[in-house]
Amino acid sequence: MRPMSAIAWFKLASPASFFPLARRLVPWFGAAAAVLTAAGLWIGLIVAPTDAQQGDAYRIIFIHVPAAWMSMFIYVVMAFWCAVSLTFNTRLAAMLAQALAPTGAMFTFLALVTGALWGKPAWGTYWAWDARMTSELILLFLYFGYMALRNAIDDPRRADRASAVLALVGVVNVPIIYFSVKWWNTLHQGASVSLTSAPTMAVTMLTGMLVMAFAAWFYAIAITLLRVQAIIAEREKNTSWIGEMVPRTR
Amino acid sequence: MMCVEVMGEEATRDSSALRGFAWSTMRDLRLAMRSRAELAVQLLFYVIVVTLFPLAVGAETALLRALGPGVLWVAALLASLLSLPRIFATDFADGSLEQIALSTQPLPALISGKIAAHWISTGLPLALISPLLAAQFGLSRDEGWLLALGLLIGTPTLSLLGAIGAALTLGLRSGGGLLALLILPLYVPILIFGAGSIEAMRAGLGAGPQLALLTAALLVAMVGAPLAAAAAVRIALD
Repeated sequence: MRPMSAIAWFKLASPASFFPLARRLVPWFGAAAAVLTAAGLWIGLIVAPTDAQQGDAYRIIFIHVPAAWMSMFIYVVMAFWCAVSLTFNTRLAAMLAQALAPTGAMFTFLALVTGALWGKPAWGTYWAWDARMTSELILLFLYFGYMALRNAIDDPRRADRASAVLALVGVVNVPIIYFSVKWWNTLHQGASVSLTSAPTMAVTMLTGMLVMAFAAWFYAIAITLLRVQAIIAEREKNTSWIGEMVPRTR
Repeated sequence: MMCVEVMGEEATRDSSALRGFAWSTMRDLRLAMRSRAELAVQLLFYVIVVTLFPLAVGAETALLRALGPGVLWVAALLASLLSLPRIFATDFADGSLEQIALSTQPLPALISGKIAAHWISTGLPLALISPLLAAQFGLSRDEGWLLALGLLIGTPTLSLLGAIGAALTLGLRSGGGLLALLILPLYVPILIFGAGSIEAMRAGLGAGPQLALLTAALLVAMVGAPLAAAAAVRIALD
């Protein structure tokens, strides 16, 4: 690595100094995620009123909508770290992207499954080829492609850079895919929350959803920081500092 | 005096990008012409995949007419995917790709040439033969021409996007299946606009918007894809 210690915040770009920070942050983000999940579920399952048309089935949105938001958000964050890793040639940024991918794929999968379960009572079908479901499915394929490319390359540095190029090509394509699928077919209801018009849902429902969204966000941060520690430990296993931080079990 | 020299340098650099493009197009076309049998196999693959569909779903005219545009476009995507390793694989194996990357001429221009040659040797014949296959599916003559036109605009985009995937998977063990996983999701918009153009014409809306979107995708890919593919080639050669 090039010496970058002249600029203070580049110090954290070194795995050796980021590792202890990640370790210290995980419990905080994990605890915040747990508290917010409990609060969000309490609002969503107990406080929020039953929907006049959909009954209690709508309550799945407290999982579904945050998962769908996170699935797209994490892809953008991943692409951001990929851009950083290509521009500054930093290993840590690539490791963060690598750590984000499984969580993003998990949220995408969760959004698809909860969407299907919600679709059955709401529309009478588990799966309809509408714009958002289809582009979410394609997003899942993009995550799988990213992870598969990483796994297929043995040299970690080549894997970092090749998968970064792929993620950047993917992030340019995500809006194109979304709009192409949208023009192709739309029977999904309009967006439940939009910034341009007044929300159509009760305030308690919106609150519950936002709390759950923050819970999902903090969970994603906690699990990514945890996973990045494992990635650092694996890739830096031949350095002396990692031996001091991770005591050998055998 | 110095100013003149600098300008002269600029001018040679511009022409060198174009000359690099022309040189690499001609080189790859010459190589393609020497393996004509291989090109014929790619085209036959397209014809055979298309032929399988009536055998699977039945030969009712109405059904085939409804499925036709989609089947012909999906088969074009698969044929493009099958031929993608041709762009870089042999040059990578015998080391000439490394020499190309070391050349003073800009790598994206040289790669654009390779992509152009790939399209001329695989996408173009596929587009030209498609009206014939369209007739087999009971598409009208106008629909057949529209299909060919859509493929003429759409298949270069497939080659351009595919080149990125081909470069990223250079020299990897799980090349073929991995390439499909990386590239097919990116092909989705082309498939939608391409097959959609015929649907739109049938609905009486006119295929203009779809063809315009296909052209827009082509123009964006022409600018961006060679840069991404060049970056991927340099990563693979490191």
